Amino acid sequence: MAIVHDVMPPFQLFQPSSADEALDLLDARPDTWVLAGGMDSFDWLKDRTKRTSAVVDLSGIDALRGIREVDGGLEIGAMTTLVDVAEHAAVNARFKMLAEAAGLVASPQIRNQGTIGGNVSQDARCWYYRRGWSCYRAGGSTCYADTPTAVNREHAILGADRCVAVSPSDTAPALVALDAQMVLRRRGSERVVDAADFFLGPDIDITRLTVREPGELLTAIRVPATFAGARHYFEKVRDRQVWDFPLVNVAAAFKESGGTIQEARVVVGAVAAKPLRLRTVEAQLAGKPATEDTAKAAGELAIAGAQALRFNAYKIPLMRNLVRRAVRGGPLAATT
Amino acid sequence: MKKLVGENYTTPDLLAKVTGKARYAEDFRADGMLFAKLLLSPLPHARIRSVDTSAAEAMPGVRAILRASELPAPADTVTDLGETIRANPMGERALTDEPVYAGEPVLAVAAVDEETAVAALEAIQVDWEPLPFVVDPLVSLRPDGPSPRAEGNTWGRAPVESGKPPGPLTVMPLKWKAEDFADYDQGKMPMGEPQIDWNYGDLEAGFKNAALVLDETFSMANNQHHVLEPRTALAYWRGDKLHVHTGTQSAVQTVASISRWMNIPLEKVVLITEYTGGGFGSRATGAVICMVPAILAKKANAPVMLRITREEEQYIGGIRPGMHGRVKAGFAKDGRLTALDLFLIGENSAYEAQGDANSGGRFISLLYQPPAMRSRSITVLTNTPPRRAQSQPGGLQAIMIVEPVIAKAARQLGIDQVEMRRLNAPEGKALWGPAGRDGKRGYITSAFLKEALDKGAELFDWKTRQARSGKRTGSTVRGSGVAVSSFVAGSTGFDGLFVIKPDGKMYVKSGVGNLGTESVFDVHRVAAEMMGLRWDQVEVAWGDTSHPLPWTCVSGGSQTTHAMTRAAHAAASDAIAKAQEIAAQTLGGSPASYRVADGRVSAGGRSMSLADVAKKAIELGGKYDGHTLPENINKVTTTAATALAGEGLMGVARDTYPRDGTTVSFVAGFAEVEVDVETGNYKVLDYTAVGDSGTIIHPRAYGAQVLGRSVLGMSHTLALKTVYDQHYGVALATRLHQSRPPTILDVPRNMKWDAVNLPDPETPVGARGIGEPPVAAGACAVMNAIAAALGDDVFKRAPVTLDSLLMALEHGRPMQEPLTAHI
Repeated sequence: MAIVHDVMPPFQLFQPSSADEALDLLDARPDTWVLAGGMDSFDWLKDRTKRTSAVVDLSGIDALRGIREVDGGLEIGAMTTLVDVAEHAAVNARFKMLAEAAGLVASPQIRNQGTIGGNVSQDARCWYYRRGWSCYRAGGSTCYADTPTAVNREHAILGADRCVAVSPSDTAPALVALDAQMVLRRRGSERVVDAADFFLGPDIDITRLTVREPGELLTAIRVPATFAGARHYFEKVRDRQVWDFPLVNVAAAFKESGGTIQEARVVVGAVAAKPLRLRTVEAQLAGKPATEDTAKAAGELAIAGAQALRFNAYKIPLMRNLVRRAVRGGPLAATT
Repeated sequence: MKKLVGENYTTPDLLAKVTGKARYAEDFRADGMLFAKLLLSPLPHARIRSVDTSAAEAMPGVRAILRASELPAPADTVTDLGETIRANPMGERALTDEPVYAGEPVLAVAAVDEETAVAALEAIQVDWEPLPFVVDPLVSLRPDGPSPRAEGNTWGRAPVESGKPPGPLTVMPLKWKAEDFADYDQGKMPMGEPQIDWNYGDLEAGFKNAALVLDETFSMANNQHHVLEPRTALAYWRGDKLHVHTGTQSAVQTVASISRWMNIPLEKVVLITEYTGGGFGSRATGAVICMVPAILAKKANAPVMLRITREEEQYIGGIRPGMHGRVKAGFAKDGRLTALDLFLIGENSAYEAQGDANSGGRFISLLYQPPAMRSRSITVLTNTPPRRAQSQPGGLQAIMIVEPVIAKAARQLGIDQVEMRRLNAPEGKALWGPAGRDGKRGYITSAFLKEALDKGAELFDWKTRQARSGKRTGSTVRGSGVAVSSFVAGSTGFDGLFVIKPDGKMYVKSGVGNLGTESVFDVHRVAAEMMGLRWDQVEVAWGDTSHPLPWTCVSGGSQTTHAMTRAAHAAASDAIAKAQEIAAQTLGGSPASYRVADGRVSAGGRSMSLADVAKKAIELGGKYDGHTLPENINKVTTTAATALAGEGLMGVARDTYPRDGTTVSFVAGFAEVEVDVETGNYKVLDYTAVGDSGTIIHPRAYGAQVLGRSVLGMSHTLALKTVYDQHYGVALATRLHQSRPPTILDVPRNMKWDAVNLPDPETPVGARGIGEPPVAAGACAVMNAIAAALGDDVFKRAPVTLDSLLMALEHGRPMQEPLTAHI
C-alpha cells in the first residue's frame, strides 16, 4: 500500500463528559484510541502509521482536570495541561522540580495543549519506529536504530534490549523522583501503581512504554508529601532552547540535614526506554555531604554499564555531569 | 523634494499581513474545486515496473489520476540575446516513473476532498524495481562507489574533437582513486580529480614564504529552506488560459517558468502571487510541482488545489548543498595571507547541479585577498532531494569552511581577530576570482568592509568582550567572535514602468515578487522621490499578472534593490524628460530649464502640476502616454506598457546605466557566546552586524534583512541539518522539530545592526543588495565565538552541536565523524 502521511484518517469519535462514560466505552471496545491533548496521538493518526476505528477524546471530562490537595500531597488530574502544572502555586512551592519539568516540555503552544497524563503516556520518539518501520517495538523482528549505519544520536545508552528507543518525557523522571503514584482505572475497578513501576523497559514489554492495559485509563497522578520542600533539581539538555525533546534530563530530590544528604532520589530520562531511577547512586549518597567529591562519585556510579551506540557516546559524559550537577545543586542550566 | 530614500514607511501590504487578511495560495477557493494529493517514492532510486490504479479509479469522488508520462515535455528557453537553451532531458520534473530520491512525487490523484484522494492513493498498487543508490558524496566518489543514476554521479560534457562545439550537459561517472582516500580515516578530506580548477599568483612561493601554514578540513550540513508557506498551488483554466495561484520570489519571471514547464505560450499564463511565505532562493521562479494541479485541472475540468504538507516540502522544497572543504592557507607573521589552496566538494541531487561548490572560491578570493590562490571543486550527485539556491549559495559554505581557519591563524599568530580581517580585507575596486579569457582578473564596484569592521567593533564593544573571551565562570566559558562575509548584490538591464494619471497620482507596476523583503515596494520609492511625490500619492500594483507587469529581475542573489532601483531611476528619468518637454511646449522656455519637484514641473515663475502634465501627455499621445515605446525595453514590458497606453504620463525605460565591475555587498558580524563545558550546550548572548551595501533605501527592511539573514546563518551553526540513513537511503528528519531550525529563544534577544551607508559609485541610486552576506556573518561569528571560548580543534563540522563539543572536551580532540554526510 502506498504510504501517505499528514492526512487524518476517518474514525469514530467519542466525546464523553465523565470518566465512567469513557470507561464504559473502553470496556466495550478495548482497542479504542485514548486521546488526551493529542500531541502524540495526532502524529500517529495523521501519519496513518497507527490506525484505529474509534477514538475516545477525554477533553470534555472536567473531573480529570485540576490539582487537589490530598494528605499533604497533591493529586493531579491526568488531563491537567502542562502549563497548569508548571504554573500551579502549590506545585511550585512544594514540588519545584515537577513545575520545572512541566515548564520545559516542548514549547508554550504544546504545553497549553498537552496534558501531564499524555506526557507520561506518550510513545517512543525513535524516528525509525515513528516512520512506521516494522521494528521490534512495532511487532517486527529487527531494530533499525541499532545497526552500523543507523543514526542514533538520540537513542539509549542503558537498559537496551533489542530496542534502543528512549523515554521522551520530561515530567516522567520528576514523578519517579517524587515517588508519585499513577491511578489507573478500568470499568468497575482501580489500581494504583508507583511511577517507578508505571514505565516499562523493552526487557519487560518491547511494544509499550507503560503498564497501562487496553481498557484502562490513567485518571490521576498522586504526588505524596514525601519530598515536599526537599532540595529539588531538574535539568533538561536539548539542542534548542525550546521545542525539543530531552537529549538527557535529570530529576533529583534530596532530604538534607546539616549539609548531609539523608535521603536521595536521582532519576535520569532519555537514556533508556524508561526513566531510570539510580538506586545504587541514591544508596551511595545517603549519609554523605553534598560536596563536589560526593557529586563526582555519584556521576561516575551513575554511568556504570552505559553502552554507546554509533552516535550517542556523548550521552554518557552528559548523564554523568547532570547527575553531578544534581548532587552539587545550584542554578538550573535550562531555561524556557 | 520629498525625501523617501533612506526613510522608514509602512508598506501597503503590511496591514493585511498582520491582520491575516493577506491571502496566500492555500487561502483561495474556487467553485467546484478539487483537491490533489501526491504519491511519493518510498525508495531512494527505483523504476516503476507497473501501476494498478483500477481500484482507485473506481472510488466515488476520484476525478483524475496523473502519471509522469502525461506531463508535457518542457520547452527550450530562448534568452534575451536570442540564444536557445535546450531543456534538460535529465532534469527535475513534477512527477517521474524513475524517482531518484525517497520522497519524490510519482503520481497524483484529484478528488472531491483530500481524504478521498488519499484513500485512492492507498488503493494504488505500484510495482517497484529498486535500483542502486547513494546518499553520501564521498561514498559515491570511491573507486567502486555506487552512482545515483545509471549514467553516473556528476554532470559533465563528453569530450569532443578540438574545434567542435561542446556537447550537451549530461550525467557521467567520475570516481576517485583509492589512494585519494588514504587520509580519510584521519579526518582529512580526500582531494582527487576536480571538475573546476583555477588559480592565480605564485602559490608555491606564497606557502614557502609563509610563517604559518594550516591545512584544515571542515564539513557543513545540507539544509532545507524551511519556508513557512509550502509550495501549495491552486490552478484552473479559463478557456485556454492557465491561472495559477502560488508563492514565488519573482512574479514576472515565474510566468516564464510556468510557460516553459507547461510548454504553452507566455500570454496563456496568469499568475496570482500577491503574498509569498518565504523563499530564500528555493522558489526564485516558483516551483515545478504547480504543473500537477494545472494538468489535473485540465483533465478533471475543474479547479484543483494541491496543498503541500510540511514533509512533502522537506522533499520537493529543496536543500542547500552540504559541502566538505579542505583549506591550505599560508600566513605571514603579521597575519597577511600569502597563499590559499581551497578544495570544495559539493553535494547535489541527481537533478540539475547547483553551482555552490564552483562559485565558493570566488568569494574567498575577494574576502581575504590572498595574493596567490588555487580553487578546485567538484559537485557530486546523490539520491537526495533537489538542491536549490539558498541565501548566499556557495558563498556561505565556502566562508564557513575558511573563516575558522582565519580565526585559528589569528590565534596562533597572536593577532586581534578584527585586525586580522581588516588587514586582509578588500578595498575599493578589489580584484576577485580567476583571470578571464582576456587574462585579466575581474573586480568589484566598491568595498567598504574595513569601515564596516570598524563600525561593528565599536558598536559591539569588541575590545571589552575580547578581553573576557575564554574566561571561565563556574561551568561556563564566554567567547567572542568576528566574521566577514560577501556576496554578489545586484544585476542590471531591467525595466521600470509607471504612469502618472490626471489625478496627479503615480501608478507603479511592480514585477518584483512579494517574498517578505519589501523590495517589491521599496525600489519604487526612488521613482516617487525623483518625481517629487509623496508616498501617499503612489499606488503600487503587484502580484497579479492578469494586469501585465514589466520585465523584472529574479529576486534571488540580492539582485532586486540594485537592479530595480536602477530601473526605477531610468523610468523616472524618462518621465522627467517627458514632463520637461510637455512643460516647455505648454508654458514656453527650454525643457532643460524645468525642474520636477513637489508634484510640479517648474521653471522660474512658470509651473504646471503633474496632473496637468498627465492630461497633456494623453492629448499629445506618442511616447508621452505610452503609445510609442522605447525599442530597447523587453517584450514583456512592451506588453505591460501597451496595456497602460493613453492613461497619463508614462515613465518607461530600460536600465542602460554603465557599471564598471561586479556589484558585491559585505557584512561584518560579531557574536558572543556562553558555553557550558559540562553539557556542551551554548547560548548566543549577543550579536551585532554591520552592512556595506551602498545607500540604504528602507532602513527598517534593511535591518530586518541584516538580522533575519544573520539568524538564518546562525541556524547553520546552531542545530539545523538533514539526517539520512545511509543503508536505506531515506530521510529520518522529516519534521521541523527534527531538522531543528532555530527558535526565538536560540537567538539573542537584543541584536544590533548598522550600516556603512556609503553609496556604491557604479549605480545611480548608490544602493546594493543586502539579502545574502549577513548569512555567513551570522554563521561564522557564532562558530568563531565558540572556538574563542574553547580553543582550536574542538569541532570540525557544522552544525556545532553540544554532543560534538562535549565529546571533544571529554577527549581533548574532535570525536565526531568528520566526513559522513547527513548525520
